[in-house]
This record gives sequence, structure tokens and C-alpha cells, in this order.
Amino acid sequence: MAAEEKFTPQTWPASPEQATLEGKNKFLGFWFFLGGETVLFASLFATYLALKDSVPSDSHAKAADLFELPLVFLMTMLLLTSSLTSVFAMYHMKNYNFKKMQQWLFITVALGLGFLACEIYEFIHYYHAYEHTFTSSAFGSAFYTLVGFHGGHVIFGLGWIITLMIRNAKRGLNLYNAPKFYLASLYWHFIDVVWVFIFTVVYLMGMVG
Amino acid sequence: MANLQPNSNNPKVDYEYRRKKSAEEMRMQVVTFTLMIFFTVIAFAAVGAGFSKWFIIPFVLLLAVVQVAFQLYYFMHMSHKGHEAPQLFMWSGVIVAFLTILAFLTIIWW
Repeated sequence: MAAEEKFTPQTWPASPEQATLEGKNKFLGFWFFLGGETVLFASLFATYLALKDSVPSDSHAKAADLFELPLVFLMTMLLLTSSLTSVFAMYHMKNYNFKKMQQWLFITVALGLGFLACEIYEFIHYYHAYEHTFTSSAFGSAFYTLVGFHGGHVIFGLGWIITLMIRNAKRGLNLYNAPKFYLASLYWHFIDVVWVFIFTVVYLMGMVG
Repeated sequence: MANLQPNSNNPKVDYEYRRKKSAEEMRMQVVTFTLMIFFTVIAFAAVGAGFSKWFIIPFVLLLAVVQVAFQLYYFMHMSHKGHEAPQLFMWSGVIVAFLTILAFLTIIWW
């Protein structure tokens, strides 16, 4: 099967992301990368847990003073829903429905941007209301490194998906770009996996001490 | 219709079988999503209700682990065939992740 071959829904393979050798290699390589990302985030979580609430004096805000659950809940819902919409996008990709895939990816990106806006608001709020900054304490450094690194992944994921959508807008689906869309959606799911632990370990456990 | 198999050498039958299979899977994904939302709401509610932290911490961690398993095995299709290597990679990552967190929590400040 040539990568540039034109398909119909009937001739489109069942697993288009792995129908070519390049697709298979990308699939394997990307999962290997995600295994490495797991370790990377584990080291950031470990650092955060070790340095949580380590502030130089009582005038510095601790986790339970900073966090507000309604905002975190909203962010969680946005990211969790965007994970489902990217599942929808891949459902249409497997059915060779390019237009619907693009529509669902667009919704995914919109939800991701909503999440990002909340996070930027959150950081600005901590700075103005509590003077909680990257350099204010060990707790601040560990917090912004962990949550900021996740936010950085969100930015990268959004950039990736938007680039794929624009680059392939007039091309339609083929076996060359199907693995690209599939991997971008895996990356997006992984961002949600990390967020589940962030809202649990950082925010929920932070509120109870 | 129950004994329809893929690769029946009839392209039309294969196509319809596949459409049906993926529509079924999509319904499962929506159920998974509903459960994930449910777990999230329970976790936030448990903290909001102000139970003892000795209950809340293991409880929300358990919910997080279940939710992540859903995400990996259903949303990211790790339950599908041909995902042996991804399972090896992810589980190796999880073991190292666990050791790292355990080490940092026990060595630092003790």
C-alpha cells in the first residue's frame, strides 16, 4: 500500500496508523517515548512531593492556602472532555471521514485552549494574590516546574494538532498522515493522564494537607 | 449476523462489519468517559466534604489510578491486539516512576 494512494471508506485499512512500515515504526517509537515521559513526570512529581509546603517563613502561602477547587474542577472537565473529543476524531479517522475528524480536532483544540487560559489565569492569580513565584520558595519552584511542564506539554500538543490540521487541510487522509494524526491524539491523551495525577496529587491532596 | 468475520473476502461485508465494530467501540468509549467524569466528581466531592485525610488520600489516589487505566486501555487503545510493546514500555515506565517517587519520599528529610 503506497503512502500517497487515494482511498475510499471501503478500501481504507482497519488500522491505518499501522498500515505502512513507517506507521508501525512511529507507533512503536512514540509509545517508547511515552514510557520515557512517564519517568520524566515521575521525577517532577517526586520532587514536588518532597518539597511540598517547604517555605522559608510563615508569611509564604502553602498549598492549602493557594488552591481553589472550583477552578481546578473546571480545568479537569475541559481537559477530560478534550480527551473524549480526540477519541471521536480518531473514530472518524478510522472511518475515513476527514471532515468530521477535522471538526472534532478543532473542538479538542478549543477545549485545550480553554484549559490553557485557566492555567495562565491561575498562575497570574497566585503571583498577584500570594506572591507565590518560581523563586519565592522551594515549594514554588517544585510547583511551577511540575504544573508548568504539564502546561508546556499542552502548548506543544495544541501546536502539534493545529499544525497537522492546517498542513493537511486540503490533502485529506492518506496512509502518510494517518499515523501523524493518531500519534498526536495519543500525545493528547497522555497529557490528560498526567493531569489526572496532577489534580489528584497536587490539588486534591494539597487541600487536605 | 453474529458469525460475521473480517477478511470474509467480500469487501462489502468486511466494510459493514468494521463500521459496526467501531461504532460499538465508540459507544464503549462514551461509557468510559462517563465513568471518568463520575470518578472525578466523587474525588472532588470527597475533598469538599472534608473527610479525614487518612481516608481521602488513598481514596483519591485509587480513583486516579482507575481513571488513568481507563484512559490508557480504552482511550489510547492499549487493550487492543498488537499493543504488547506499548504495554512493556508503559509498565517499565510505571515501575521506574514508582521507585523514583518512593525514593524521594523516603530519603529526603529523613
